[in-house]
Amino acid sequence: MYAVNGISFELNKGELLGVVGESGSGKSVTMMSLLKLLPMPPAEIVSGKANFGGHDLLKLDLEKLRKIRGGKIGFIFQDPMTSLNPVLSIGYQLTEPMREHLGMSRSDSRRRAIELLELVGIPMAKNRINDYPHHFSGGMRQRVMIAIALACNPQILIADEPTTALDVTIQAQILEIIKRLREEMGMAIIWITHDLGVVAGMADRVAVMYGGYIVEEAPVKELYANPKHPYTQGLLKTLPNMEGQRAERLESIDGQPPNLYQKPVSCPFAPRCSQSMERCLQENPFLELKNNNHKVACWWNSDSSPDK
Amino acid sequence: MTIGTKNILLKVDGLVKHFPITRGIFRKQVGTVKAVDGISFDLKEQETLGLVGESGCGKSTAGRLILQLLQATSGKVFFKEQELTAISRAELRKHRPQMQMIFQDPQDSLNPRMTVGSIISEPMLEHQSLKGKERRVRVEQLLNSVGLDPNVTNRYPHEFSGGQRQRIGIARALSLSPDFIICDEPIAALDVSIQAQVINLLEDLQEEFGLTYLFISHDLSMIRHIADRVAVMYLGRIVELASSQELYSRPVHPYTKALLSAVPLHDPVLEKKRKRTILTGDVPSPADPPSGCHFSTRCPVAENNCFKIAPAFREISSGHSIACHLG
Repeated sequence: MYAVNGISFELNKGELLGVVGESGSGKSVTMMSLLKLLPMPPAEIVSGKANFGGHDLLKLDLEKLRKIRGGKIGFIFQDPMTSLNPVLSIGYQLTEPMREHLGMSRSDSRRRAIELLELVGIPMAKNRINDYPHHFSGGMRQRVMIAIALACNPQILIADEPTTALDVTIQAQILEIIKRLREEMGMAIIWITHDLGVVAGMADRVAVMYGGYIVEEAPVKELYANPKHPYTQGLLKTLPNMEGQRAERLESIDGQPPNLYQKPVSCPFAPRCSQSMERCLQENPFLELKNNNHKVACWWNSDSSPDK
Repeated sequence: MTIGTKNILLKVDGLVKHFPITRGIFRKQVGTVKAVDGISFDLKEQETLGLVGESGCGKSTAGRLILQLLQATSGKVFFKEQELTAISRAELRKHRPQMQMIFQDPQDSLNPRMTVGSIISEPMLEHQSLKGKERRVRVEQLLNSVGLDPNVTNRYPHEFSGGQRQRIGIARALSLSPDFIICDEPIAALDVSIQAQVINLLEDLQEEFGLTYLFISHDLSMIRHIADRVAVMYLGRIVELASSQELYSRPVHPYTKALLSAVPLHDPVLEKKRKRTILTGDVPSPADPPSGCHFSTRCPVAENNCFKIAPAFREISSGHSIACHLG
């Protein structure tokens, strides 16, 4: 299975990069493989580099990597029910990384844990620190997850669909918290989601993934105002509006998502693409920089010079 | 049929469902979960009514109560002027073919050991007397109308993608030519690019077969697209009911306002300008709802009265009803 194929991106200090894609587009696998969080075998990182502050994360041994996981890079997962340990109190789960990574004492780490819980908006944090995950609602559990990810002042926070399992009004609360924390703590965030709406309001830059590739990447306003890849264009058109005239009929992208078991040789989107040409079926386009920091992987747009 | 004076197909009157909470070896009842706490609405022929709300508000329970898959604690359901809540099970069985349901997760709602053909023809075996050949022709017709290859009858559900499986579920719901279909979160488990396909299919089928939909969903933007009228539920009660256009452009109930403002827009420029009402706290437990108005504990404009007296569901303008003391 070819889950992620030749992805390159960079994340600047304090930036929020939105990674958008459907299920199976490889967005989670990319981030998990950065920190070698995938079970290996069966997973295998065939090639690539991941530079973080001068180190290649993929070459580090497990001991050093462990220092970075949870320390300098924090992770928030989609489902707080399965990613919190049900038999440990949240106080323990919060203080453990601080003791492990920062060498804090039990009482110091406990004090900081209470601060963190207050920071993410858990009322009466002092009384709740000895509670277990099942005592909390979904939204509260996700706040605990955020507090754990922030415990060691990470430089990067990777959030994998952090609000997908939540109701909209709770999602709005969590988004507000993340916006506030970002201003206060200044960390860089990679926000993985399938929701183009969430990304529109949060991200500085957006990368769109399809079939294991980044097909388009641009600053947020540029991407929504001027999408260049037929997939991004289609995706934005399929969404029903919340304001203005109601569309008679939704535009849809025909066909099915790509089969990742086949070795990719052509553009992964070609079978569903309205603009596909002969070349798309023979050659996979690479991500190319256009104007306005806008990168696209598509022959249709870059086909102005036919001899290239 | 004349447009404008369409008949009422379904009438729900004061529907209530309380689930008992039991404890101990003697299963002594220690409380009740008020899943659905008195809801009423009408559904006209060929109309789509959207039922929205957050998880746990009772919208799916309401759907199951209407189809008599769950027995209501009290309240009445009329379908084509027949009171479903008052007739015997044998009598009810005769009405079943006219009312069908499409479920959220096509992975769970299709039997993995049955072929597509037998999944779709099973309702016909139960309720009709079609012979083998006729039945096969009918299955192929159905597959055709949901946009699947008619030659897939011998394949199993796992051979299909999520969107295709949902199409199989839709074909099964259509197999007895129903008048009324409850769609319970039919697109929630599908990818964004597939959602539009399924919604378009449901709209085409409505046109073709004159179907009436009760569309249960938490996706407010999709409800805006598909529904003619929208009912918003909160903790077992309908708090606002209006035409889709009216509800989205002039919401009156504070909960509807907050819910609409919480939906992220897919436009970074609009999103920056927008003012949000962020609700504090979580939805209270339906086992112990607040007294008075259920929304009072999270309502940004609640007054003294709201904590004591449950507001009546009243019409404020033609076709627009709310349950709120204010506004």
